[in-house]
Amino acid sequence: MTILNGLALTRIPPEGEALRAEVRAFLQEAVKDIPAHIRAKSWSGYDPAFSRKLGEKGWLGMTFPKAYGGHEQGAFARYVVVEELLNFGAPVGSHWIAERQSAPLILKYGTEAQKQRYVPPVARGESFFCIGMSEPNAGSDLASVRTRAVPNDGGWLLNGQKIWTTNAEHCQYMIALVRTSGEPADRQKGLSQLIVDLSLPGVTVRPIEDMSGDRHFCEVFFDNVQLAPDALVGAEGQGWEQVTAELAYERSGPERLFSSVVLLDQWLAFVRSEAAPRADSIKLAGQILTRLAPLRALSVAVQEKLVQGQSPIVEAALVKDQGTVLEQFIPAAIADDLMAREGEGEAVPHALLLTLNYLTLVSPCYTLRGGTRSILRGMIARGLGLR
Amino acid sequence: MDHLITEALRDLLTGQCTPAVVRAIESEAAASAGASPTAAALWQQIEDSGFADLLLSEDAGGAGLALRDAFAVWDLLGQHAMPLPLAETMLARAWLAAAGVALPQGAIALAPQLAAADGGLRASGVRGARVAPWVLGQHGADVLLLPVAAAQASASIFVLDADLHWPASAVVSATRVPAPASLLVAQAGLVSALLAGSLLTVFESTLNFANERQQFGRPIGKFQAIQHELAVMAEHVSAARMAAQIACEADGVVADPLKVAVGKARSSEAAVEVAALAHSIHGAIGFTTEFDLQLHTRRLHLWRQTAGSESYWQLQAGQALLAADGMALDVIRQITDSSAPVA
Ligand SMILES: Cc1cc2nc3c(=O)[nH]c(=O)nc-3n(C[C@H](O)[C@H](O)[C@H](O)COP(=O)(O)OP(=O)(O)OC[C@H]3O[C@@H](n4cnc5c(N)ncnc54)[C@H](O)[C@@H]3O)c2cc1C
Repeated sequence: MTILNGLALTRIPPEGEALRAEVRAFLQEAVKDIPAHIRAKSWSGYDPAFSRKLGEKGWLGMTFPKAYGGHEQGAFARYVVVEELLNFGAPVGSHWIAERQSAPLILKYGTEAQKQRYVPPVARGESFFCIGMSEPNAGSDLASVRTRAVPNDGGWLLNGQKIWTTNAEHCQYMIALVRTSGEPADRQKGLSQLIVDLSLPGVTVRPIEDMSGDRHFCEVFFDNVQLAPDALVGAEGQGWEQVTAELAYERSGPERLFSSVVLLDQWLAFVRSEAAPRADSIKLAGQILTRLAPLRALSVAVQEKLVQGQSPIVEAALVKDQGTVLEQFIPAAIADDLMAREGEGEAVPHALLLTLNYLTLVSPCYTLRGGTRSILRGMIARGLGLR
Repeated sequence: MDHLITEALRDLLTGQCTPAVVRAIESEAAASAGASPTAAALWQQIEDSGFADLLLSEDAGGAGLALRDAFAVWDLLGQHAMPLPLAETMLARAWLAAAGVALPQGAIALAPQLAAADGGLRASGVRGARVAPWVLGQHGADVLLLPVAAAQASASIFVLDADLHWPASAVVSATRVPAPASLLVAQAGLVSALLAGSLLTVFESTLNFANERQQFGRPIGKFQAIQHELAVMAEHVSAARMAAQIACEADGVVADPLKVAVGKARSSEAAVEVAALAHSIHGAIGFTTEFDLQLHTRRLHLWRQTAGSESYWQLQAGQALLAADGMALDVIRQITDSSAPVA
């Protein structure tokens, strides 16, 4: 047994910690006027000017090669920066997917020309990408995508529809998973990844409002969109393998632990301000801490495996599933705590209720985005040799 | 941690601490209120191999291990349902040696909360007291080494444990030891590691069972409902094992109370969930005395109920978190990444 036995308590090395104080000082200033319920949007908060500022600081593309605008720093240095950004609730949504996922994908599978063209602007915080995987009839069953690109004289002719595409409205590019050969019945075979310039004729982007009133994910329609031959990333027909590798980046970071942390800190500040905190509140604070701390240690241990060049897909799924469930527990438990003091003591501040309400309304998505709870459990079961 | 030590211990436990031996010790203790020849034989093996002295300095004849290294040892004891208080003895001997007290022969059980009674002291549910000649107990600021033989013993809930009452005369003549720290914290830390090991064994045996047991013409592990239950078990076990490593993260033999709070709270939570899922997946066979699962799931519940349950330690952790100002992340870093300077 290695999966459950092999995750050792690991410390972030000093070179990883090196930037923390500077990042923190910067963030204290940068977010001081943003109210908590806006900071609570965490990695869906959108602010391109902020992304550019991070780019200037050298805090984007930290692990990318210098040749493509990166800084060739260790993965732990990036981990620390990301952790601080999330804990302060900095508006990182504009560049989030491009920096975490799209640029690393292009660096891994792209041509030299694609790397030179697309990666440096991502590291500067100027170029934003979205992920076009899901379709109305291809969610968990991603291998059934129907959006199709047909090779023609000009390159590829693209037709179809994507949905739930985070931030598509504000992005220059989408990396789309599409069918380039065969039929939907061929499943994983015949899928490819294409870089789609969203300003091309024939692309329509329509934001969808979520139940909190936010508009962060979109429908994207492709009507005879003509793409150049070099839109293809990696090899034709290899899209499935590439997407699987890409999802490992997506699932392994601290963003699956800290989505509710702005609320947690705001609630802790309120409980600290009470003359005599309720024993139940103290216990709840401890319950959250004693669940969150081991998960953070697990997430660091998974990061260490990535640094060593291993591919801890199952371990990442173990952390993501537990992390997102805890992220959902936090607003539910805090609501229970706050409403248990009806009629006694201080009134609960309106600002705290605003944050709580926001997280209550968006938290259902934590166990959907990046793969549903059931799908992750299936992956864990596969890793355990059950399927 | 020295690989040779854990390999040697694994060999000893695989050969000498089999389910048959665990059963024999439990039933002999039940039948004769203590004198168990099987327990005496197992203890002799352990004593001869030096495992009870691992936390002593090399000068004192030990291996100079820190709590951080002891995790791997205690984890193995948990994996093998160790029926004697060996983990406790390792810790007690380290404390006694550090205080310059001559080490007594035999196993030492722990009683972190001695209470005054009839001029003497009493302790209830002392783990392993039926198979140990000594108890190291704490009463306020005092730590005392007390002989079990001098106490009036009565049955506790778990067969290897006892409720003990020492008369005033026994307390007066007990050896007093300056306490380096809270015995409750120390015991909770080592119990977290025992739980980590036991959780792993329960998980692995449940996984094996799911691959073997056939219903409807295929192994039950092929059913998605069972797969998802096993995935949830794996999540609890991975988190609890990490939490227990945190609990044992210390250079010397004194544990950090906040880290212990994390370890004991999380491993105790996992104990309840994992025991329930293991029994559910095993069906009726897992509910029998004859099947080995119960040797471990009874210990999951027992150890969860030892040295403070999850609620107790959540309260302690919550107090620490509320007492700290600033971001929760800083407390989390202090717990999981203690070498890092706090910004
Ligand atoms: C906030 C948010 C942002 C997102 N951003 C993006 C994005 O940027 N790009 C993108 O491509 N997608 C994005 N998604 C889509 C997300 O990846 C999908 O919602 C997810 O994969 C689930 O697909 P679905 O919604 O179609 O649900 P379905 O697949 O229809 O699932 C419905 C339910 O059935 C269960 N289910 C389905 N199949 C199985 C099975 N085999 N076994 C057991 N249970 C099963 C699911 O677990 C779920 O509970 C986003 C989603 C959200 C909520």
